[in-house]
Amino acid sequence: MDKFGFAISQQRQIDFEANRRDIAEYISEKEPSFRVCIECGCCAATCTTGNFTPFSLRELLILLKRGENDKVRDNINKCMLCGKCTLVCPRGVNTRNVISLAREAFQDRIKNAV
Amino acid sequence: MKIEGKRAIWSEYQKEIADDKYYYVRSCIRQNFFPGSEVAFLKIMREELKKDVHEHPCHTTCSGIGYHGDVVPVETAMTVVARQFALMTEAGYTNYVPSCITSFGLYTEVLETWHHFPDVEQKVRQQLKKATGREFEVPKNLAHASDIIFKFRKEIAAKAKYKLINKNTGEPLKVVDHIGCHYAKMFPSKGVGGAEYPYVLAGMVEEWGGEVIDYPERRHCCGFGFRQYLVQANRGFSVACSKEKFESMQPFKPDMIITNCPGCPMFLDRWQYVINEMEGKRYGKDGEGIPVFTYEEVAGLILGYDPWDLGLQMHQTDCEPVLEKMGIDYNPDMKYEINGTITKVNSRVSLSI
Amino acid sequence: MKKHVIVIGGGPAGMEAAGQLIKNGYDVSLFEKDKTTGGHLNEWFKLFPDRRAGSEVLDYYKNLISGKDLKIINSTVVEKVGQSGGSLTVSTKEGIEHTADAVVIATGFDLFKSTRKEEYGYEIYDNVISSADLEAMFRKGAVITSEGKTPKNVGFVHCVGSRDEKVGNLYCSKLCCITAVKQAIEIKEHVPGTKVYCFYMDMRMGGAYYEELYREAQEEWGVNFIRGKVSEVSESINNRLIVKVEDTLAGRPLKMELDMLVLMAGMEMSEAGKKLASLTGLKTGDNRFFSPADHHYGSNRSNISGIFYAGACTMPMNITETISHARAAVADVIDYLKDSKR
Ligand code: SF4
Ligand code: SF4
Ligand code: SF4
Repeated sequence: MDKFGFAISQQRQIDFEANRRDIAEYISEKEPSFRVCIECGCCAATCTTGNFTPFSLRELLILLKRGENDKVRDNINKCMLCGKCTLVCPRGVNTRNVISLAREAFQDRIKNAV
Repeated sequence: MKIEGKRAIWSEYQKEIADDKYYYVRSCIRQNFFPGSEVAFLKIMREELKKDVHEHPCHTTCSGIGYHGDVVPVETAMTVVARQFALMTEAGYTNYVPSCITSFGLYTEVLETWHHFPDVEQKVRQQLKKATGREFEVPKNLAHASDIIFKFRKEIAAKAKYKLINKNTGEPLKVVDHIGCHYAKMFPSKGVGGAEYPYVLAGMVEEWGGEVIDYPERRHCCGFGFRQYLVQANRGFSVACSKEKFESMQPFKPDMIITNCPGCPMFLDRWQYVINEMEGKRYGKDGEGIPVFTYEEVAGLILGYDPWDLGLQMHQTDCEPVLEKMGIDYNPDMKYEINGTITKVNSRVSLSI
Repeated sequence: MKKHVIVIGGGPAGMEAAGQLIKNGYDVSLFEKDKTTGGHLNEWFKLFPDRRAGSEVLDYYKNLISGKDLKIINSTVVEKVGQSGGSLTVSTKEGIEHTADAVVIATGFDLFKSTRKEEYGYEIYDNVISSADLEAMFRKGAVITSEGKTPKNVGFVHCVGSRDEKVGNLYCSKLCCITAVKQAIEIKEHVPGTKVYCFYMDMRMGGAYYEELYREAQEEWGVNFIRGKVSEVSESINNRLIVKVEDTLAGRPLKMELDMLVLMAGMEMSEAGKKLASLTGLKTGDNRFFSPADHHYGSNRSNISGIFYAGACTMPMNITETISHARAAVADVIDYLKDSKR
């Protein structure tokens, strides 16, 4: 509430305890290669979407792992599933499947919510 | 938690604190926030400990607030500091005692700078000479007022009328200590106990019967930080800092907070009121606030000084819960007495009314 | 008459050098400051990257020196090596002097004392332990918190005492990253279901099969790696540890609660080595380790003729490198004694 001409700032910290990482766990189980991502950013560098819109697959992957799901939910559909990221990943992460699974997981959760 | 581990660290961060003949300088803001603290300090030093404490009528701000608020350049701050030292030299003293941690931080920073860059010191000497005709010696000993109270904590305990003990349960009061960023974070070796596990206030609490609480956000800023407070638009950042600390200490159920002066008690005290106004949250027991004291106020209380003489009515978070727990003999009706008239106050000022 | 070589230090480097020197027909005395030989290896439960038992390597040393005419002088600290005439005089702390034709210094390293990183609260917060403490738990077969419970969340802090200007160590200790990976997997083995987080500045997986083990830790064991150096540790009301770190890859500060935090203590020049260096006049580097005559082709030679180095007294080394370095020292000793016309 802005009462005296200012509002109390929000904490920027990732609160690991408070966050839920069930979506990341769901993806890891179905696509274990998700676990070996080392956040090198090769995928994001090559991604068409990322070069023209504010979208970074690398960033979304780490946010997923930390349970910061909102940004992922809002952005994951920007991907065109072209598969270039999978082609370049040095760790062999099946990024395309990771993206599909993330979409599926968010869908499921929406369904569950209803 | 193993206290021996902390004691090992404390033993490494000892600093030299002069034992008499102090040249005392006031804080710019403390008198307005907690006017009784300074009175208590001088009374304790002169009357209880029989020390020679000299005050110079010509001393000014150290300019630390301006320096940390980005309006006074460091060269200017150094020249102002040099003038303070000149006054000390002229008065024939060598032990310099500031009573504000930002001041203490600035003096330390200036002395360290001069130590590493003697040419800067020479330049400042010339500037001061040109502007005022004054010359100075650097202090032989620089100690914050809380260092001095720390040094004499045992002597104060020996004269105490009260202890930091809950009279009803016999348990030590749980005390949160907050030394303030500028006391030791910039120069850990200049603070008693260092910066990670500071001992200056904890040592007083221990000696006077209380129990220090080590809560997760112990090291966090109180929310003063100058930039974050001085501009109104940034105050949300300032309150958020205090709030972070309150939320973190709350589970430990502290009875009180003891602070170095002057920004920390101000913000930890006043922001409790603001948070309550904005979010309806209080962090003490039974919907009360957590009383906040300066170390001199606490020293004064245990020595049996009247709470209203100590200026505790100036606190926005009521301190009566602590007075009750300690079993202090005081007259609640005299809280707002001025020259024999009891003044009515706006109840919104006070948290628990 | 057989030439006499004194080896100072009975860890892997010293034992390797002594064993090889004996094989080559020298009269060898080994001085060890502790009661037994083995050095830090005695503390290590399993070795990286293949996770063989540390005891297997100790057994190798037993075989290497058993039945041989090696004089082992335990519980004896060597303080100084002096030169007199053509030979060297090794003086112990007790002031006893021994003559040698050549000396191999293998004084190894000391583990960084984690208390020096005050902000991590080692020896203050109950469940902050060092990598060596964890290894001791593995040896006992019980990974438990100070409350006697099974930890559910364990963190590892890389680079404790290494790559840290604040403690005066600019160098990388080389082995702690892989040790963290190894220990993270072992935690998972000992206590399945535990979540493990490694906080690193860089993952330095320079040895053979290190990177593969790192990958295995992620893929098969689900160990989490968070890039960021832990800034401070505190204790919650429930005695859980709270760590603050920036998740640099997410670009946000992160706060996490853990049941146990393991500090990957780095390697430092040993105190015994420092004393020996200053009393003997041996050169040390900015990193305080013994400074070899040449970092490329003279890494076993010192600035005093007849005195040689073996192993981690010159820089952080793993067991494999230590053994190779000790053997190279022996080659230098052989050369030196062959040439010396005494
Ligand atoms: S390229 Fe592969 S390893 Fe690199 S960030 Fe993308 S998914 Fe991760
Ligand atoms: S599959 Fe999606 S994320 Fe990957 S490169 Fe194509 S658009 Fe980018
Ligand atoms: S090996 Fe890893 S943990 Fe050890 S000092 Fe080097 S980077 Fe740090």
